[in-house]
Amino acid sequence: MDFQVVVLAGGTSKELVPLVSKEVPKPLLPVANRPVLSYVLEQLELSNLKDLIVVVEGEDAALRVGGWISGAYVDRLHVEVAAVPEDVGTAGALRAIAHHLTANDILVVSGDLVSDVPPGAVAAAHRRHDAVVTTMLCSTPISGPAESGSAGAKDKIKKPKRFNIIGLDPTKQFLLYIASGAEVEKDLHIPKSILRAVGQMDIQADLMDAHLYAFKRAVLQEVLEQKPNFHSLRQDVLPYLVRTQLKSEILLNGTPQAEENGHEKFTSRGNQAIISQILANASTPRFHEVYESIHNGSPTAQRTHKCCAYIASNSKYCVRLNSIQAFSDINRDVIGEANHLSGYSFSAHNNIIHPSADLGSKTTVGPHCMLGEGSLMGDKCSVKRSVIGRHCRIGSNVKIVNSVVMDHVTLGDGCSIQGSIVCSNVQIQERVVLRDCQIGAGFVVSAGSEHKGESLARKEK
Amino acid sequence: MDARRGSLPVPRVRQVGFFTPNAQPAPTRSQSGPPDSSSPPLSDSPASNSLSPVMIPPPRHHSDNLAAAPRPTSPLPVPEPSPFRRRGADNNNALLVGSYNPAETLLAMSPSSSHVGDGESEETMSGGWFRRSNSGKLASSLPSGTFDFSPVQSTAEALKPNKVQNPVGISAPKEQQPEAPSSSKQPKPKLTKAERRALQESQRAAKAAAKAGGGKSVAAPEEVATIKSVKQHQTQKKDAPQVAVSVAASERKGGDKSQEKERRKDAPAPRMQFDDKSRVEKAKRRSVVDQTEAKKRVELFRHLPQYEHGTQLADLESKFLQLDPMHPAIYKVGLQYLAGDISGGNARCIAMLQAFQQVVKDYSTPPEKTLPRDLTAKISSYVSFFTQCRPLSMSMGNAIRFLKNRIAKLSPSLSESESKSSICTDIDRFINEKIVLADRVIVQHASSKVKDGDVLLVYGSSCVVEMVLLHSHELGKQFRVIVVDSRPKLEGKALLRRLVAKGVHCTYTHINAVSYVMHEVTKVFLGASSVLSNGTVYSRVGTACVAMVAHAFRVPVIICCEAYKFHERVQLDSICSNELGDPDAIGKVPGRMDVNYLNDVSNSGNLQLLNLMYDATPADYVSMIVTDYGMIPPTSVPVIVREYRRDHLLI
Repeated sequence: MDFQVVVLAGGTSKELVPLVSKEVPKPLLPVANRPVLSYVLEQLELSNLKDLIVVVEGEDAALRVGGWISGAYVDRLHVEVAAVPEDVGTAGALRAIAHHLTANDILVVSGDLVSDVPPGAVAAAHRRHDAVVTTMLCSTPISGPAESGSAGAKDKIKKPKRFNIIGLDPTKQFLLYIASGAEVEKDLHIPKSILRAVGQMDIQADLMDAHLYAFKRAVLQEVLEQKPNFHSLRQDVLPYLVRTQLKSEILLNGTPQAEENGHEKFTSRGNQAIISQILANASTPRFHEVYESIHNGSPTAQRTHKCCAYIASNSKYCVRLNSIQAFSDINRDVIGEANHLSGYSFSAHNNIIHPSADLGSKTTVGPHCMLGEGSLMGDKCSVKRSVIGRHCRIGSNVKIVNSVVMDHVTLGDGCSIQGSIVCSNVQIQERVVLRDCQIGAGFVVSAGSEHKGESLARKEK
Repeated sequence: MDARRGSLPVPRVRQVGFFTPNAQPAPTRSQSGPPDSSSPPLSDSPASNSLSPVMIPPPRHHSDNLAAAPRPTSPLPVPEPSPFRRRGADNNNALLVGSYNPAETLLAMSPSSSHVGDGESEETMSGGWFRRSNSGKLASSLPSGTFDFSPVQSTAEALKPNKVQNPVGISAPKEQQPEAPSSSKQPKPKLTKAERRALQESQRAAKAAAKAGGGKSVAAPEEVATIKSVKQHQTQKKDAPQVAVSVAASERKGGDKSQEKERRKDAPAPRMQFDDKSRVEKAKRRSVVDQTEAKKRVELFRHLPQYEHGTQLADLESKFLQLDPMHPAIYKVGLQYLAGDISGGNARCIAMLQAFQQVVKDYSTPPEKTLPRDLTAKISSYVSFFTQCRPLSMSMGNAIRFLKNRIAKLSPSLSESESKSSICTDIDRFINEKIVLADRVIVQHASSKVKDGDVLLVYGSSCVVEMVLLHSHELGKQFRVIVVDSRPKLEGKALLRRLVAKGVHCTYTHINAVSYVMHEVTKVFLGASSVLSNGTVYSRVGTACVAMVAHAFRVPVIICCEAYKFHERVQLDSICSNELGDPDAIGKVPGRMDVNYLNDVSNSGNLQLLNLMYDATPADYVSMIVTDYGMIPPTSVPVIVREYRRDHLLI
């Protein structure tokens, strides 16, 4: 279908410290015991997009990601892993690989997207409108643990809420205005020209940008080239394109026209004009065309380009893993309500216990739980709504609720872990009580300690 | 409402085809006539048109009448002196008649399909038609009473189960021939024994297959195939004349099937009746677009496809990248059809042709396949995809037929790149000559009818009519335009906007006011989706109403329509063939979410919404049709269809 796919996998993201480390870059962060990148790759594979470019920040991370991909998808996908220096941003990453892009349209997916929205839908909307950029919008996930009574939810509520402000035309197909939450302080500036052209704008605050874009290659490359200070797709490139859609500064070089009308040699100019006139009159004019036609007479002929939006339906699952909260939410959802994403088959008790896992007597594993292979659990344990990785050794009388425990974790007897994330190779000694904590990889929690809402990690040497 | 012109004679419709004016209406003909003579409505026939209409029928009717003459048309036809032989002969031929007739009509109706399929050049056509005429005679020289022969026939068959194709059976037509050909004017081509036998057998096999298939749609294309299979099996027969019948028959069936498949790809399938549940199920399984049938459908229009709107687009979009064989250009156009981004006959046709052009450009013949066949199959699959997105218009059907015909007629000596470029050029020429140039000519003609001080009424938004208005305006004529519009599409708004932008003096009103504004109107200009051969104008719904009111007010109604939109079908109402739009559209006002008076009612089972897209304007209301061949009365449409259609197909 002439789409090239770029997966922006990221590297060691700062927001996810202490979960990510040099050993586990963000794309390999396990979500239900699978790297988060695999969710994107599988979604793409379902859509028959098998030639991918995966861009990873940092050489080490790229090596690790490349190693994992080549192991896991050896004969299924054709993946090129490109490493870009850290902190170049999404736009910089694309700039670095721009010369690899050849197809007419580029699909840019963030590697941390866990979603079941088919990327084809975005691509189709993009093609149908002949847009310069199409972005997928999904409703902002309700973050916070499921249990409203827990302390975590109360903390979240105290935080000032930031909305992404997104302006759409009445048909909800075109993007008229976009401002991410961080930029919006108190006031919005909406240019009058766009309001005049469209007549009506719906402003929505419940949508978020899912970091799935379809770009016209020529436009993307041109923008990246002309604006070297653009750092991020979401914060720079997309708002720029949206802002300038009625006074397009991009010299499209007549690309779409020239490409489509390759048969001009057979037809005279006049006929061509008539044909395009017929086609133009037949379609209901979008505000872009109307605006163009109004201003055509004036000496400063305005050119426009279209920025489209594809709004994922509410029934679809679509969340980005860009915060620690999101990480635990996604883990919960993937084995819970969105369990079709995980790709595992659930047992009758609505949980997944690997056959090689060993459970002690009177140990209960509740629904929406996952127990990785080779994990040992002592007696009288209780696991609820949690993911436990591979080869964990868990003592007796341990309570794990709403938590994520990664691989090779040792838990002493009598521990209680709630709402926490415990990374790989962590050793937690006896009678530790953790509540809403994040424990970095390899950390040792001493016996009897009690932590609440802390982030514990080994000191980087 | 009094007609200004005398009402046109209705039965002229029947004169269009292949009936000589002097042929007396034989009572038997109606029997031998096919029960479903109108079954392939979309089929089109360059060959049948190329033949003068007088040529085919006379031998048939004469022989028919002759054969019928000595006999009373009694239902029991056993009056011959040698009942056994007659019976045997009749038996054989009964099969022949029974199985052949649909084929004959199909041939008469749509030899184009057979042409496209075998890729026969024009020269071989005469041969083909000789053969056809001959078989026609075979069929018609029989007593037509044999239709009621089935009981006798079964006994006869029981008598000699294995010897169905014994020498008696074969010689039977020979014996009969001396009676019939005395009057037949056609020189009879010599058939070899083997050929004849092959013909009979293939027909028999076809009939068996038809019985097994249980549908007449199975029978029809297959029998077309038999004509060709005769030729094929002829040699085979000579080699092994002793092959057991059953083996041969089954063999042939297999052969026929593959051919039939090919055939089916070319021949436009009989329109699907959407109230036939089993077929709808079948079609659903095949279809690319996941369509949910609308639940509440108006009883009278159940046979038309109607799906839940809204879900289709999202569904198709989500599959965008998963459908491998679909070309992106095709997909894009399909999506645009489905979303309603493109509407209007010309625009849809151009968009489709340009997409096909793109396909042809990117096409490369897979190994072990030939370009004409594979490309035709591909295009057929794309066409069915388009049909799923939105039912094709007749103009698109014509364009597709043209394209397939061109592909089939490609000389095999051409290289792949040459044939591709030749197809692309053909498509360009079609667009230019049939649409763009045609529009220019129409504009020239029609704007000569616009006089100073005229008040012109237009309905909806037709691109030709718009061009006429703009051209007349550019010529400096002083006139006023009344744009009549109707819900729910309100297409006239766009037209109005463009006209006003060009400085044309306009009035905008809705169709409910048409009788009010008609007082001041001097001419009505209307566009058309298609013009049928009885002069019926098939156009956007509401056109008939406008035309009728204009007729009542004695205002001339001028239809502007390109000749490629003409179709030889005859349609008397707008029920049997139409398109259903989104029923919810009538209950809603775009942009006004608060206007939803029907919302609570439409959920109750008693309300069914009907949103028809087209209607048929009877020829009586049409004063003139402006086409690229000139300004003609609606009665002349069949002439254009007949005389220029072949030309059009060959371009």
